[in-house]
Amino acid sequence: MDAFFVILTGSLVAVTCGILGIFLMLRRMVMIGDAISHSVLPGIVIAFLISGSRDGLAMLIAAVITGLLTTFIIQFIHEKGKLQADASIGVTFTWLFAIGIILISVFADYVDLDQECVLYGEIAYVPIDLWILPSGIIMGPRSVYMLGTVLLIVVITILFFFKEFYMVTFDQDFAVSTGLSVTLWHYILMALISLTTVASFESVGAILVVAFLVAPPASAYLLSDDFKTIIILTVFIGIIVAISGYFLAVYINSSISGSMTVMAGIIFAIAWLLAFRRRNFQKSLKIIKF
Amino acid sequence: MIIHVDQPVVEVHDLTVTYERRPVLWDIDFTLPGGILAGIIGPNGAGKTTLIKAAMDLVVPGSGFVRLFGKSLKEVRSKVSYVPQRRTVDWDFPASVYDVILMGTYPSLGLFRYPRKAEKELALDALRKVELEDFKNRQISQLSGGQQQRVFLARALTQNADLFFMDEPFAGVDAATEKTIIKVLQELTSHGKTVVVVHHDLQSVAKYFDWTIMIHSRLIASGPTSQVFTPELVEKTYGGKLDLLTEVAHLLQTEKLPPRED
Repeated sequence: MDAFFVILTGSLVAVTCGILGIFLMLRRMVMIGDAISHSVLPGIVIAFLISGSRDGLAMLIAAVITGLLTTFIIQFIHEKGKLQADASIGVTFTWLFAIGIILISVFADYVDLDQECVLYGEIAYVPIDLWILPSGIIMGPRSVYMLGTVLLIVVITILFFFKEFYMVTFDQDFAVSTGLSVTLWHYILMALISLTTVASFESVGAILVVAFLVAPPASAYLLSDDFKTIIILTVFIGIIVAISGYFLAVYINSSISGSMTVMAGIIFAIAWLLAFRRRNFQKSLKIIKF
Repeated sequence: MIIHVDQPVVEVHDLTVTYERRPVLWDIDFTLPGGILAGIIGPNGAGKTTLIKAAMDLVVPGSGFVRLFGKSLKEVRSKVSYVPQRRTVDWDFPASVYDVILMGTYPSLGLFRYPRKAEKELALDALRKVELEDFKNRQISQLSGGQQQRVFLARALTQNADLFFMDEPFAGVDAATEKTIIKVLQELTSHGKTVVVVHHDLQSVAKYFDWTIMIHSRLIASGPTSQVFTPELVEKTYGGKLDLLTEVAHLLQTEKLPPRED
């Protein structure tokens, strides 16, 4: 049962991150995802200090606020400060992340957050961190509920507004010319990324979240030219990563989230080899399309 | 020479646009009648792209305004279509020719609604007009430059607009594509629609455009091509680039421009 919950949590992280990662990748904003995954930390700590728990709503709201703030600061430094985008990303998120680390160590006595856990996550604790109702009924692992909710929010948003995300991602100028606000959709995407990161960080940690954001979509992108197929492949690869990563970790008795990330890298390498073969030797070979 | 018209479809009034305090467009003021194919010409960096971006609210003018059908863009957005430069998008994007063309129907659908039969028919019709039927399911990265440009044109056609702004639709396309595009544009104007095109090839100006707008940060001329596309005004627009100019002047004389009726 524990194995099931660990794999389920890993899959939820991989699928949620993967779906959003597709849009990040196609908009060439993967590093903004990386930035947000780190910079939500001070928000989380402050939310914890205020609400006194790691549960639900306060945490998610804090994440969205800090995530959007990060995006805004990056944009501001880039546009008004005339600094290159990558430099402004680097300056912003390391600074915010460091503030988070300082807050954790200063308020170590009050905050039930561990630096190791924040950085690397500990998915193995998921099955014992249960959501127990006041009446004593055990509902199951807390993370599963949190991640499940966020996945639902992400899927519903993307499904409802697929057209808009698609236009804004493919052709910004055209999208604006039809009256869409690129800024609005950009911030909605960033808010979703923030939610996902904060829901994922306990299990996979701030450093590895970005692997889940990028590796499955990047693998899927290499294997298909069709947007819907890429989404389906990303979900599928995400689940494979979670399952194979778990068993790798059990087999070599090592960190689960680390193993999952290693598997994500291996699957990416396989996808790259397949794409390389296809591009160079078998041009007529059909690419995957569902 | 600037020729104004009554009841213009496009009215650009005292438009000035600056990028980082560097003026790109200075005091541009002209009007365009409906039902014409108009070309915007000028040297590189003259602000041609900026001009149509300003018309589409994609850049914020320092002063002045653009009115379309006598109204602001916001009020008539559904009647106006914009075709960006081909190279502004990533052609490795996972989309087929049909996917991109169908995108032109999205604005009229609004939130929560997805293309149905009518929209799909519209997209297929546009696909036929630009002669890409055989490429419907082709991945867009596997298209030639000319085919990509035709995809963009087809997307604009599905918007069912009355006014089109196109940025360099003839840039880097093959002869067949150029023919197809000009045929489609002329068909549009024959139905009373107005098409404004940023253009760089001086040799085809007289052949293609009813109306010519010449800019070099400032407006040099705007009027029926037969009246404004003269060696003197072309020289004024491209001032300084002499090799090109003599060539153009030579061409203009040897080719004996056919008179345009307007």
